Amino acid sequence: MAKVLVVTSGKGGVGKTTTTAALGAALAQMGEKAVVVDFDVGLRNLDLVLGAERRVVFDFINVVQGIANLSQALIRDKRLENLWLLPASQTRDKDALTEEGVSKIIAELRTKFDWIICDSPAGIERGATLAMRYADEAIVVTNPEVSSVRDSDRIIGMLDSKTARAEQGEQVKKHLLITRFDTARAARGEMLSIDDVLDILATPLLGIVPESQDVLRASNVGSPVTLNDAGSVPARAYTDAARRLMGQTVPMMVPTGRKGLMDRLLGRRAA
Amino acid sequence: MDAVARPKPKPVRMRGRSYVAFVFCPVVPIIDWLEEIDSTLAQSPGFFVGKPVVLDLSAVDLSQNAIAQLVASFEQRGIRILGFEGVDAVRLSTTMPPLLTAGRHFAMPQNGPKKPETTKPKLKAASLLLDNQVRSGQSIVFPEGDVTVVGSVSSGAEIVAGGSIHIYGTLRGRAMAGIDGNPAARIYCQRIEAELLAIDGYYRTAEQIDATFRDRPTQVWLDGDIVQITPLN
Repeated sequence: MAKVLVVTSGKGGVGKTTTTAALGAALAQMGEKAVVVDFDVGLRNLDLVLGAERRVVFDFINVVQGIANLSQALIRDKRLENLWLLPASQTRDKDALTEEGVSKIIAELRTKFDWIICDSPAGIERGATLAMRYADEAIVVTNPEVSSVRDSDRIIGMLDSKTARAEQGEQVKKHLLITRFDTARAARGEMLSIDDVLDILATPLLGIVPESQDVLRASNVGSPVTLNDAGSVPARAYTDAARRLMGQTVPMMVPTGRKGLMDRLLGRRAA
Repeated sequence: MDAVARPKPKPVRMRGRSYVAFVFCPVVPIIDWLEEIDSTLAQSPGFFVGKPVVLDLSAVDLSQNAIAQLVASFEQRGIRILGFEGVDAVRLSTTMPPLLTAGRHFAMPQNGPKKPETTKPKLKAASLLLDNQVRSGQSIVFPEGDVTVVGSVSSGAEIVAGGSIHIYGTLRGRAMAGIDGNPAARIYCQRIEAELLAIDGYYRTAEQIDATFRDRPTQVWLDGDIVQITPLN
């Protein structure tokens, strides 16, 4: 059965696109057929993070308008044969999205893929509500700081009211992904702790991704972080998160920011 | 659970009331009928003065001028007409008493009419139960009674209740109890980190809540016009 996941947050810049690419790649590496869909019409980034920006011919809006069909717009990743991208339009904006069009495309994607991961734009308006509309599960990406947490809370409330599932009396399964976690700052009290975030949001934790330079490096070379440097701490966190999405039980690795003896000897970066 | 816009703490309300009036039914010939009225008035002079009197014109067919004359002749007798029944509204000018509808029969006791009845809406003992957390941006408005939340109320959420508010969790948002004039309402919560507390329109913001109350079960109540916060144990 195909699963539609929406990666959303409310707040901008917390790591939705990074997460979408990383999880899509991790699932594809595990043998699942995955498509990542960019809903950020006019400000598309998913194609950049996947290194596919020079191969975009048709986009989501073209398919909605009927100018192209879905197979013409889908772009296959060069490194992972199970990973596909449906890019957004850069010249239009979110008003070009229609509920009908989104519904048809999601329905068609369900017949072709195991995982459909929708990269939501920031905000709570049309783009974000349409990205979550047909979702079965949601990954709420949050930075451990007050404004991100409050915005995530708002988005969680909307997942319970503005989705097709909620309107039919069912529930969208929600997962919390804490990103850009900086252990040192949390210890100094400059950032919220994991417990604080969980206390406020009361949503099951999918994973904790530490703040890391690896993410920026990966997006600059156009490769999802799980593909670019699979041994790095964020990559391992994302891979664990993907395993949890598949239903496996994986112990939660809380980033401590301290290097163990072996890490120091082998010159590894801190966990 | 998006709800409607918030009401102000003390709104202006239009209320409905019913009153009992005497109804006079003129019959033709009007002159003879007025003579009968005069003889009734002679027996109990001043009885109808200041009392609400309605004229039921269904038995007669009067022009606008005739109706005006009838009102004038009653005023000469010291009786002011409250309204009319049984006549076309077009026959009544804007300066005349209005047309009344939906009048019900009311048995008048011999020693005078009863005091006017008031139908003030009573507060029903209703209660709203919410089983999950109230998320940021959600607004729960329940003017009919108490609100109970099994869970926390997030920052940016608000609960507005006519009665008390009971929160089995942390209050991080706004809680406004006792709207519609109920100063006995209270707010109870297991942890208080509220943005705003209000009871019957008197409010306290987060800045004015002492830090010593944090992390303890507390109740908020109104003492005169001061919002008091006291620990629960």
